[in-house]
Amino acid sequence: MIQNLSRRNFLTRGSAAVSAVWLSGHWPAIVAAAEHAHQAAKSSAPLKFQFFTPEEAAEIDAIAARIIPSDETPGAREAGVVYFIDRGLTTFAVDDQKTYREGLPALQARVREFFPSLEKFSAATPEQQDQVLHSLDERTAPARRDSQSGGASSFFHVVRIHTIVGFLIDPDSGGNHEGVGWKVIGREPEHMFQPPFGYYDKDYAGWQPNPPSAEKTKA
Amino acid sequence: MKLDLPKYKTSDEVDFVIVGSGAAGGIMAKELSTNGFRVVVLEQGPYLTESDFVHDEVRVIGEDLLTNKPRLQPTSFRKTPNEKAKPQRALVYGRLVGGTSVHFTANFWRFHEIDFVERSKIGPVPGADLRDWPITYADLEPYYTKVEWEIGVSGLAGASPFDPPRSKPYPMPPLPVKGSGVIFERAARKLGWHPFPAPMAILSQPRAGRGACINCGFCLSFGCEVGAKSSSLATSIRMAEKTGRCEIRPNSYVHRIEMDNNGRVTGAVYFDEQRNAHLQKAKAVVVCANGAETPRLLLLSANKQFPNGLANSSGVVGKYLMLNSGGVTEGVFEHPLNDYKGFAVSRVLHDFYELDPQKVGFYGGGGLDARFDQTPIGFALENWPGVWKDHSTSGDRSQLPPGTPRWGKVFKDALAHNFSRTMEIFAHGTSLPVETNSFSLDPDLKDAWGLPALCLTYKDHPDDLKLWTWQNQRAHELLDAAGAQKKWSHPVKESEFAVHLLGTCRMGNDPKTSVINSDHRTHDVKNLFLCDGSSLVTSGRGQPTMTIEALAFRAADRITALTKRGEIT
Repeated sequence: MIQNLSRRNFLTRGSAAVSAVWLSGHWPAIVAAAEHAHQAAKSSAPLKFQFFTPEEAAEIDAIAARIIPSDETPGAREAGVVYFIDRGLTTFAVDDQKTYREGLPALQARVREFFPSLEKFSAATPEQQDQVLHSLDERTAPARRDSQSGGASSFFHVVRIHTIVGFLIDPDSGGNHEGVGWKVIGREPEHMFQPPFGYYDKDYAGWQPNPPSAEKTKA
Repeated sequence: MKLDLPKYKTSDEVDFVIVGSGAAGGIMAKELSTNGFRVVVLEQGPYLTESDFVHDEVRVIGEDLLTNKPRLQPTSFRKTPNEKAKPQRALVYGRLVGGTSVHFTANFWRFHEIDFVERSKIGPVPGADLRDWPITYADLEPYYTKVEWEIGVSGLAGASPFDPPRSKPYPMPPLPVKGSGVIFERAARKLGWHPFPAPMAILSQPRAGRGACINCGFCLSFGCEVGAKSSSLATSIRMAEKTGRCEIRPNSYVHRIEMDNNGRVTGAVYFDEQRNAHLQKAKAVVVCANGAETPRLLLLSANKQFPNGLANSSGVVGKYLMLNSGGVTEGVFEHPLNDYKGFAVSRVLHDFYELDPQKVGFYGGGGLDARFDQTPIGFALENWPGVWKDHSTSGDRSQLPPGTPRWGKVFKDALAHNFSRTMEIFAHGTSLPVETNSFSLDPDLKDAWGLPALCLTYKDHPDDLKLWTWQNQRAHELLDAAGAQKKWSHPVKESEFAVHLLGTCRMGNDPKTSVINSDHRTHDVKNLFLCDGSSLVTSGRGQPTMTIEALAFRAADRITALTKRGEIT
């Protein structure tokens, strides 16, 4: 029963009836099973790409690494975002295949337009890469009317969303490898907490009633 | 423990068919089956249980695991009835056994006495059709208490000086205070306001075979994996099944209520999972499908006798929709709150529940709460999950300060700094009932079954927007008093998206201006009852589910009494 309740299996299981009584007696065990699955997920980074060629994957990885860069703390690269996106494009984001297939060449065209000596995005310096990406970000770039740019813009828009999602999702869900995204933002890995939760509630003296004479104040 | 669950044949005329299994439908099912009636609950969504409730934001929020599915159920929006509506995602509701109560925030205030008598106390409000309810707070008080004790609400009686009278304390103490709650409480008291522990439909202690909250941090938008959230799924639905007289039939999409030549409804027609249509026969029908789908079902059930929609001789089915305004003001503090831990809300205040229109220049009132209800992705990504679903570039729902870059090192540093240090002041407020605000059938757009889709028509009453702005100003005062390092409000703008679905088949004594009477019986059809958010006459100040559930307990009593007296057959 316990292994059937691992969080990973939650994804694929049907609606087998588990009674409330059973759960209340057993939820600590369920949480333990969930924690076990967390551990399992940590050691199961996918090794093969389903959708991307290795060359494409290197380009996506390079883009993701500018969206959430690695510095003194891990970034999209360490979170395995490219694997999350690769899996997504054959599952939950299957509708975005075309955006990637058409958008990546359009982005590479933009790279060559800006830097004629360069063949591809991944060969550019981080500063050059940011310059290209800023030109595709509809918030920081003036609108361009050629269709190629539109394709690259919507491609960057989608890669940005997928990268952020892949960086911050529950590590059980195929992204956020080893929970590094949560580590960066200060989200502890557990799914069960006890108060006090943080700085401001740790010295809370307990509830004190409001003054009994409080009148209904009308502003 | 295996329950012996009944399976009724569609040709078997049961006592009641209940359409919908959410906040109202679950309680209706529990009460009517407990009272000895044979009940079939038809629920359009699946029957999921605790083991299905994952923390995967893509699956749960991005892919609508628990909610209505835009791809199957498209919707449209327009501001006024003269415009052609544009297809766009217009509402969200729980589409599974337990309905929206499965994934809601679980704020569980009672309405106050004023909410039932606003018209006679305040007088008319220009541009709105404000009316008194045919029942009062005193009529509903025993049923509020019933909700607290039977469904399970945590809270502290007497903590708010503005609370309406109550006959019993809460059955269990409040949930623990969060950092946001401590900050809110201290600052509010500095300002002379009266914060109190939030009443929440989440167990603070094990109760009735259910576990207490484990503070997992995935609450709003998620189902509770330990059954601590007092959803209909975790409570009333299971109690209904235990009677042995109630069948919950999931994946059953009701699209028509049939009527005979004597003007009585005979049952509900639904599509099963294979899209085969069936008529479940019943002596009476109770529609608890929510404030959007209940009026839609009546409009879809138009017949010779009711060409404008079943039980719609008044013409008000679908009208007077109220969504509750909701202002959000963010505050960032010096030290980590880690407010992602736990549930959403631990402190509320009701000092502004009854504002004086002469002084503030608008009608309405509301409550402020201290919360953090975003998941990590929702915190980081503006307009999540809209950007995921349709890659739309509009929206401003990120919780990062305005002007923060959307990618790159500065973005990452802002995430790293702010996620643990941010809290929200959420302002809940009145929506005035305006006739042209409505759910109707879109003339062109169809759902995956070929049925007319829901069209949302909505333009906030000007007073609602003024209230919203006024409350955001109070939120700023509070965050100033709290010493927030940064604070900002999300823009006040006209609503284009519906979460609270209220008032669309409103209750009243006059059959010309209301759809149901105080027994929740439609004025037009003797054996047709409606009970959910659509029944509300006014919007309260937000947080309607507690009142919807109290109404359901009361309606079930009324329906039982009428049936036992032979008055519905």
